[in-house]
Amino acid sequence: MNLPYPGAIDCDLHVPAPTIAQLLPYLDDYWRDQIVNRALDRMPFAMMSYPPNAPISVRADWRASQAATALETVQAQALDAFGVQYAIANVIHGCVALHNDDMAAALCRAVNDWLRGEWLEREPRLRGSILIHPQDIPQAVAEIERLAPDGRFVQILILAMGERPLGRRDYFPIYAAAERHGLVIAVHAGSTYRYAPTIVGWPCYQFEDYIAQAQAFENQTVSLIAEGVFQRFPGLKFVFLESGVSWLPVTMWRTDKTWRGARPETPWVDRWPSDIIRDHLRLTTQPFDAPDANAVAQTIARIGSDAMLLFATDYPHWQFEGCDVLPDGLPPTLLRKVLIDNAIATYPRLAQDARGTATIEETIR
Amino acid sequence: MSRHVVCSADELPPGTRRTAFVDGREVALFNVDGRLHALLNRCPHGGARICTGVITGIAQSSGPGDYRLERDGEFLRCPWHGWEFELSTGQSWCDPRSTRLRNYDVKREAGETLVKGPYVAERYPVVVENDYIIIEL
Repeated sequence: MNLPYPGAIDCDLHVPAPTIAQLLPYLDDYWRDQIVNRALDRMPFAMMSYPPNAPISVRADWRASQAATALETVQAQALDAFGVQYAIANVIHGCVALHNDDMAAALCRAVNDWLRGEWLEREPRLRGSILIHPQDIPQAVAEIERLAPDGRFVQILILAMGERPLGRRDYFPIYAAAERHGLVIAVHAGSTYRYAPTIVGWPCYQFEDYIAQAQAFENQTVSLIAEGVFQRFPGLKFVFLESGVSWLPVTMWRTDKTWRGARPETPWVDRWPSDIIRDHLRLTTQPFDAPDANAVAQTIARIGSDAMLLFATDYPHWQFEGCDVLPDGLPPTLLRKVLIDNAIATYPRLAQDARGTATIEETIR
Repeated sequence: MSRHVVCSADELPPGTRRTAFVDGREVALFNVDGRLHALLNRCPHGGARICTGVITGIAQSSGPGDYRLERDGEFLRCPWHGWEFELSTGQSWCDPRSTRLRNYDVKREAGETLVKGPYVAERYPVVVENDYIIIEL
């Protein structure tokens, strides 16, 4: 289904990840020396979940772009083609899988400054995600604090599979910083491969890795509920990017069912897990992971909320053809919410932009 | 509405529980430190005989990592799936609006009062000298 009107908010758009050569100007002298003289600049830092030449990583007709610059390509193929008012740019960079926390933090800073300098400064429709290496919490918080004054950064970006489940209290300083600054926590499909991406061991094929992502999101959802993240941070929202949607209703039901019997183990979970999920979790619409319009409609009905879905193109991943970016089966009454209102309600900083003059602090309050 | 003598008070001392058949229903009777409770002996979830469940308190918290057991002795945990019910009302803690364990008014009364009626003694011999447990259906 095509977009019915312009002005949508694209909550997951990928600008092409920078090469190390492109990041060098954004690194300090020490890290530039390390990267160049250790020949790390020859490494692609690409995530294994998205092999650059795999068909799914860039749609074929988009790959053949003749535009002079990457910015013009993204403008023509995504921002103009879909007529969006905002698009949130997510850079998935392999630095987050490094074991060297300091190098990872330096590269995250470089990626974020590159995103700001090369994209946000040049295209007013773009908004940014603060890429962090969440395994080093003090440095992650420092990076959030460094960039929070720039209202164009609207969320914090982490991968679905890191070292520990995302509900663990170690991560609370990151969530506190996010809540304090009106930033959303965006969790994108992908793994740092500290562990096998399936719970039963290492798979052989990318096919398996791709399917396993939905189970990782399911595990993270249960972790966030069980650990009481949203009781501690009632103002916080999580957005799952490229999670698919169709797994969610079953997870909600199983979590509710199990909570009724296991409730005393986590007594801070003081209401139905599905209610907490509806209030604090958001999912992007591309890919939806449902076979047809009927299944899409049923999935939405079973979720029991019209506030949870956020429009996304997932550009340039090959999830759809032409401009057929919306899953068939979205109820017409839901369109405006999915395209615009839900994003405004989820992202305090987009709400601030929509309102005009209020400061970020006033909007959060 | 009818009132039934289900047992002699001596048969349900503090800290004990028992069941009684009343009007075709199996009722679970509890004496928790002198407080009497009577509930249908059938969990509304899966049908477990809840008379064998644990009597305990309710776990409460002000946030992650904070644990408090409050109102000890006021809750019954179903032996099959752990659903928690408030003994005094039969209400489910997780789902008070839709899930409820049928509960009955229950009290202790002297045999002297009972022999005057209008109670249904259910083939239970009542003597003036004893106290009895009465439930109301």
